[in-house]
Order: sequence, then C-alpha cells, then structure tokens
Amino acid sequence: MAQEQVFITVIGKDQKGIIARISNAVFAHNINIEDLNQKIMGGYFVMTMLADTTDSPVTITQLKKELSVIEDEMGLKIQVQHENIFKTMHRV
Amino acid sequence: MEYSLEEVMETVRMTLYHNFDIRTVTLGINLKDCINSDLDIFKENVYTRVSGYGRRLILEARKLEDKYGIPITNKRISVTPVSLIIEACAEPDAPLEIAKTLDKASKDVGIDFIGGYGALVQKGMTRADERLIGSLPEVLSSTERVCAFLNVASTVSGMNMDAVIRLGKTLKEIASKTRNGIGCARFVVFANAPEDNPFMAGAFHGVGEPDFSLNIGISGPGVVRSVVEKNRSCNLTELSEVIKRTTFKITRAGELIGRELSRNLSVPFGIVDISLASTTKVGDSVAGIVEMMGVEKMGAPGSTAALALLIDAVKKGGAMASGNVGGLSGTFIPVSEDSCMNEAVRLGALSIEKLEALTAVCSVGLDMIAIPGDTPAETISAIIADELAIGVVNSKTTGVRLVPVPGKIKGDYVNFGGLLGETYVMDISAFSSHDFIMRGGRMPGPVTGMRN
Repeated sequence: MAQEQVFITVIGKDQKGIIARISNAVFAHNINIEDLNQKIMGGYFVMTMLADTTDSPVTITQLKKELSVIEDEMGLKIQVQHENIFKTMHRV
Repeated sequence: MEYSLEEVMETVRMTLYHNFDIRTVTLGINLKDCINSDLDIFKENVYTRVSGYGRRLILEARKLEDKYGIPITNKRISVTPVSLIIEACAEPDAPLEIAKTLDKASKDVGIDFIGGYGALVQKGMTRADERLIGSLPEVLSSTERVCAFLNVASTVSGMNMDAVIRLGKTLKEIASKTRNGIGCARFVVFANAPEDNPFMAGAFHGVGEPDFSLNIGISGPGVVRSVVEKNRSCNLTELSEVIKRTTFKITRAGELIGRELSRNLSVPFGIVDISLASTTKVGDSVAGIVEMMGVEKMGAPGSTAALALLIDAVKKGGAMASGNVGGLSGTFIPVSEDSCMNEAVRLGALSIEKLEALTAVCSVGLDMIAIPGDTPAETISAIIADELAIGVVNSKTTGVRLVPVPGKIKGDYVNFGGLLGETYVMDISAFSSHDFIMRGGRMPGPVTGMRN
C-alpha cells in the first residue's frame, strides 16, 4: 500500500498537554508519528506533526472530527491535511 | 523533516486566515447527445445527465476538501450552449422548458449555479439563437440557478451590433421582472468568450470540448494581499516577484486538486483558471491588493498600472505552475462582490469610465455594476459596445454584467444578497448614444484578427 502521510498542525495559546493529547489520539488509531516540530511564533504555540496513516483504519475526516474535541477543549486551531498539498505548493 | 515549520504554516495560514480556497470546480458537460425532437424525452435525458454527474461532482469534491483541508467553495456545472441543442425542438416553449430542467436538476443535487444557457452570435443569429434571447427575461425570472451568456463579438468577426441593440432592451426587461434587477446578475455578454471558463455567470461547455471536462478556478486575493502587506518597502520589480511566487503556490494547489478530482470522476482534466476572484468577505478583495500596493483608493490615478502589474505577476506565476492554464485567467474586478471596490464607488473614487480603463489590462470587463433603472436601452447597448470593443481590438476576453436597478438613481444603495454582494448605483453619462447604436449592422473586426 502507498504510504499515506498527513500533516497535523496546531496553532494556539501555549499550555500543558497539547502534544500529549494529540499523540494519544493518533496512537489510539494506529497512526505513526514520523516527525514533529514545535515553536513559539509571535507568542503562539505552533506545532507541525507529520503522521503516517497507512496502517490506520480511520479516514482524515474521522481523525479531524476526533481532534476537533481537543481543539474545542483547549482553544486551539487544529488542521489535518494530506502531505501532497505541501509537496505541491513548496517543492518544484 | 522534509518541510520546514514555516513552509507548512504558510499553507495553513493561507486557508485559516487569508481566505485561500479553490473558488470553483466546474464540470463541463456535453449535452448534444441528449438532443431529441420529442421535448419530454429530451428533458429527461438532460435531467439524468446533469443530476447524475452533479451528484458525483459534489460527493468527490467534498472528499478532497477533507483530504487537503482547502475549501472548494463552489461546485458547478457548465453545459453546451443551449441555443445549439434546442434547434430540433419546434415547441415555442422549448428554451424555457430546458432552462427549467437544468434548474431543477441542479437544485435537486445541490449545484448552486449551472452555466451555458446562451448562444454565440458574434456574426449573426440563427432562429434558435433568437428564440433563446427572447426567452431570457422569462428564464432568468423563473429559475434560480441557471446562468446565461451571449457572445456577441470576437476579434475575427467583429461585433454584432443588431444583437447589442437587442440586449439593451433585454437587460431592462430582465431587470423589471426580478427584485432589484437581480436576474441581470446571472447574465454576461461577452467578446471573445472562452469555451472553458469555470467562473459564473459566463461559464459554458464549448463545442470544441470533449464530452466532459473538469475546470478549476483557483483564487486567493486575500493571500496575495497578505504578501503585499508583508512587503511594504520593496520596489515594484521585487513586488512582482513576491506575487509571482505566491500565485505559483496557490495555482499548484488548484492543479493538484483538479487533477485528482478529474481522476476520481473519470473525466478529462480541462484547465486551471488562475484569475484572482474577489468575494464579499473583508480582506478577500482585488481592490484591496491595489490599495495595499499604495494606491489610496481603487480608481485613483495609478490603479490601472497597479492592476496591470498584479495581473502580469499572477499570469507568470500561474503559467509556471500549470501546463493547463486557461479560461479567463485574468483578474476579476466586480463592483458589488468586492468590498473595497464598493467602498471606492461610495466615496466617488471609482467611476464606470475608470472601470472601463481597468478592464483594458485585466479581463472580464464591467462586472456587477448597478446603474440607474431609467438608463435608456440604447445607452446600455452603448456601454456594452464600448466594453466589448476593448476586447475585440485587443484580442482578449471582455464581458459586461450590468444591473439596471428598477426605481433606483445614482448613489442609491442596493443589496443583491449573498455572494452577489451590495453596491451603490453608479453615475452614467446623460448624453445620448442613440443615433450611433441604432445604426445596427456588424462592426468589422480589426486588422489584427487577420492572421492567416
């Protein structure tokens, strides 16, 4: 099966447990974290997580729904986007 | 990581904060093989074809919205120019019946606009063309989603002034039958109409097209405005480079989504239209980009040069990003659909004459402009002729979408609602063009059209 990778990106106020909660959510669906970057940009916590969903039974839509609970509870903006969009826009 | 955090966040920010979207995916559908001299069978064929593909288009487009996290704002259909397919039906109400069928099929599956109710009459009108033009007031006042067009001029054929005369009257009639003249917002008159334009109201599936063709309209005035804002101190050469790079990125996203959608629908991929298209949202404005470049208000001296620089950079970035650039690929400057344009009209910074000048360097023409309801039909025809002459002489597309708002005079406020926005009625010259327009005939094409 072709490798299916998605970027999970988070923007919001820095607080305890952001990475822990998102990691737990993706682990629960057999999604492997391939890479992770985080930074404070302009006073905001910003994180990008590259995750491999090849072995996961959930679709991007289902994963988004699940993460939207964390989004609401922690006051964050969480996006899930297939890696191809970044490849297309940023690599010639 | 293969991508830096900044690169990933650039894409994310475009959608979250700068209104980046795929403005439209428009499926072109050939209806010629639906033709039947029995009107009921014909209608059934059209309904089945349009609703079947419309349903799949919406389903597959939604899947990609989720996959890539980029909204696809409009899912639309364009069809073969209807004047061609009604030729075999002698029933007087055949045009209206087909329009209603297109409207119902779209409504039943959730397609918001369906384009192609129109004709190509730049050199003359067939009986079917005449019937179609005659049906426009009734069609646009009794349907909700059908969009109409007429191509009345081209660089090769010149301008059909008899059709232009008729359109002045037709527009007034459409306006009188619909609230605030809103029916006119679904009708575009063109010179050099492209056969693969995905944007409404002027989209149609041309006769040179295959059975199906998926065309994409990308957008992103908000994204371009934001990069111009970040580069306040650079000179215009550098600014052009910055805009080019940004347009490259958003066009690539459009190309990716278009190709994948056409694959999933098993239809050929047509074109990416790289036009910047405003929406009524604050910040998603083409005029806003021009103002961010340093022109105080759209319409002030410098606006035409700024717009020319913008569209040139957009084209160069887009052409590098996609081998299938097509459609209009200019820059839309609709008045009511663009909050900054509208404000410029309110303040008196932007006149219809300056708008005409602006269209010489972009495309699409005089778009979504409210004019006084008592403007004489011949004056409306003359405004159309002026705008289309720019397209004819410069070998480019220009269009006109004017709304003569019944009962309103210059300066009055009009709200068209929703995507069509709001505006102020523009001042139109009180001097008459009657004798010129009423000469009729066909204005010859320019010598630049003789290329063979």
